[in-house]
Amino acid sequence: MISRIAHRSNRIREPRADRVTRAVIMTILILLMVITLYPLYFIVIASFSDPSIVGTGAILLWPTKTTMAGYKNILQNAKIWIGYRNTIFLYVIPGTILNVLVTTMAAFSLSRRDLVGRNVIMGLFIFTMYFSGGLIPTYLLVKSLHLINNPLVIILMGAFSVYNMIIARTYFSTSIPFELQEAAMVDGCSTQRLFLTIILPLSKPILAVLALYSAVGHWNAYFNAMIYLQDLKYYPLQLVLRQILLTGSALEKTASTVAESAESESSLELLGTLTKYCVIVVSTLPVIAVYPFLQKYFIKGVMIGAVKG
Amino acid sequence: MSVAASTNRKRAARSNLWRSIRKNYMLYLFLVPAIVYVAVFSYAPMYGVQIAFKNFKASKGILGSPWAGVTHFKTFFTSYRFSLLLTNTLAVSVYQILVGFPIPIILALLFNYVKSPGFKKFAQTVSYAPHFISTVVLVGMMSMFFSTTTGFVNTAIAALGFQKVHFFGEPRCFRHLYVWSGVWQNMGWSAVIYIATLSGVDQQQHEAAVIDGATILQRMWHIDLPALAPTIVILLIMQAGSIMSVGYEKVYLMQNSSNLTTSEVISTYTFKIGLQDSKYSYSAAIGLFNNVINFIMLITVNQITKKVSGMALW
Repeated sequence: MISRIAHRSNRIREPRADRVTRAVIMTILILLMVITLYPLYFIVIASFSDPSIVGTGAILLWPTKTTMAGYKNILQNAKIWIGYRNTIFLYVIPGTILNVLVTTMAAFSLSRRDLVGRNVIMGLFIFTMYFSGGLIPTYLLVKSLHLINNPLVIILMGAFSVYNMIIARTYFSTSIPFELQEAAMVDGCSTQRLFLTIILPLSKPILAVLALYSAVGHWNAYFNAMIYLQDLKYYPLQLVLRQILLTGSALEKTASTVAESAESESSLELLGTLTKYCVIVVSTLPVIAVYPFLQKYFIKGVMIGAVKG
Repeated sequence: MSVAASTNRKRAARSNLWRSIRKNYMLYLFLVPAIVYVAVFSYAPMYGVQIAFKNFKASKGILGSPWAGVTHFKTFFTSYRFSLLLTNTLAVSVYQILVGFPIPIILALLFNYVKSPGFKKFAQTVSYAPHFISTVVLVGMMSMFFSTTTGFVNTAIAALGFQKVHFFGEPRCFRHLYVWSGVWQNMGWSAVIYIATLSGVDQQQHEAAVIDGATILQRMWHIDLPALAPTIVILLIMQAGSIMSVGYEKVYLMQNSSNLTTSEVISTYTFKIGLQDSKYSYSAAIGLFNNVINFIMLITVNQITKKVSGMALW
């Protein structure tokens, strides 16, 4: 009640300086929204437009001379679909399941006050967040484990995350009363049963957070795959994209400068450009389309992580 | 008598400890996968980093390779590339902190004064979107937008009567492209934590300030910023701890032969000489140098802020 009165009086008495400030704030925010969204929107309309006019400034708000040539080209490109399949079935799904399992098990264990030596173990985990052996020692290790060019390396290297573990641990120790666990144990509930039938069902939001972090991480990662995988048949989507969007463009340029029959070369290059726009849409759409509905979980992760930063 | 009592007590304590470990053996089993993970993927490489002080030969293994002392470090510090790499790394990193760190704070302050909850929610959702784009796609988008032949940026530049700029090939453009694309991608996401902190500020403070005639800018300065201070300090310490680790995944994708004079940073160089030229020991030495500086920075800044403000990571 008080706050409502204050709010109303605030509205009436809002000084002129504040009205100006608010107008400025709104202007800045709307401008930022346009800057954020327009590049994404442009990619979409460009993916439907005749590539010869995309760069000329003729396309600003909607597609012109619509064409599906780019998407047709993608449909025929086996590499993209192999990448898609690999990312989902080889990396995202198994990798996420393993990561959530390993991470929550460790988090549950470390959330328990009665675990002797938990501060030491925690310290050993946290240290790895701030110091690492570096790229080359890691590479030599993977090599000595004979995991080079084995898709398992991607899943194993993403099997655990200290940061996610801290988030889950904070959740377990703040949101699930220890007395509940004690009561269950007094009744003869074993640790593994406690974990499976009490802790996990009570932790669905945090499981969603962990799964999403891991899944998006796997979806977007390319660097480990680039270092450790050589076979095209194991390439995740992002490596295929890198070839098409970045290294491919270099090839294209040399090809077009060397080319004598300039016309067919340039039309090929145009189709290449169009295909790039389509590839971005096809590869990014799943994540961009889904995140608004899941954003509360992502944000929850940030907030819990912040409590014990 | 008292000695016997104390050994007795010690023994009792030890057996207590033992009992509680035995009682909770399942909890330790739960930890095994994670401990194996860090042992293999974090601590084993830390052990392997000794090759920085050796002349690593694959045939002889890590232990069998002959010691080389600090030769590799000396070679690196005296090589003509050293100052260039260090300058490039620090320039990108400091630029990134100067621009990329305050902008999310400002954004959060702005969001905090939006009256309509619907607009606020929508604008926030929009601001996160780029965060979910992969590095590969982000760099791909940039290379297309800034292309000299088909990019709309250059079309606009040409339409205004200026010379087209080959942004990706220009060494002087690299840092700006890197930092500002990072701002575009991450400002909304990085603001989340500040927005959450601000929503926890007691509204009565704001009401009292309004009654006393404080303007929005004064409220930002005297109420919101002090409320954000602890979060800002913590995040700044973390930033300091990664001052030498520029996002090499993105830098590597943005590199080409013509912008290397500004885009080659220590981490990408480590990667190239290590994995492309197979100079394992030399590369490990440079990587170690990089990580040690990061670690020292983290500890130093943490100690300083602890002294100055009483806020710290640990």
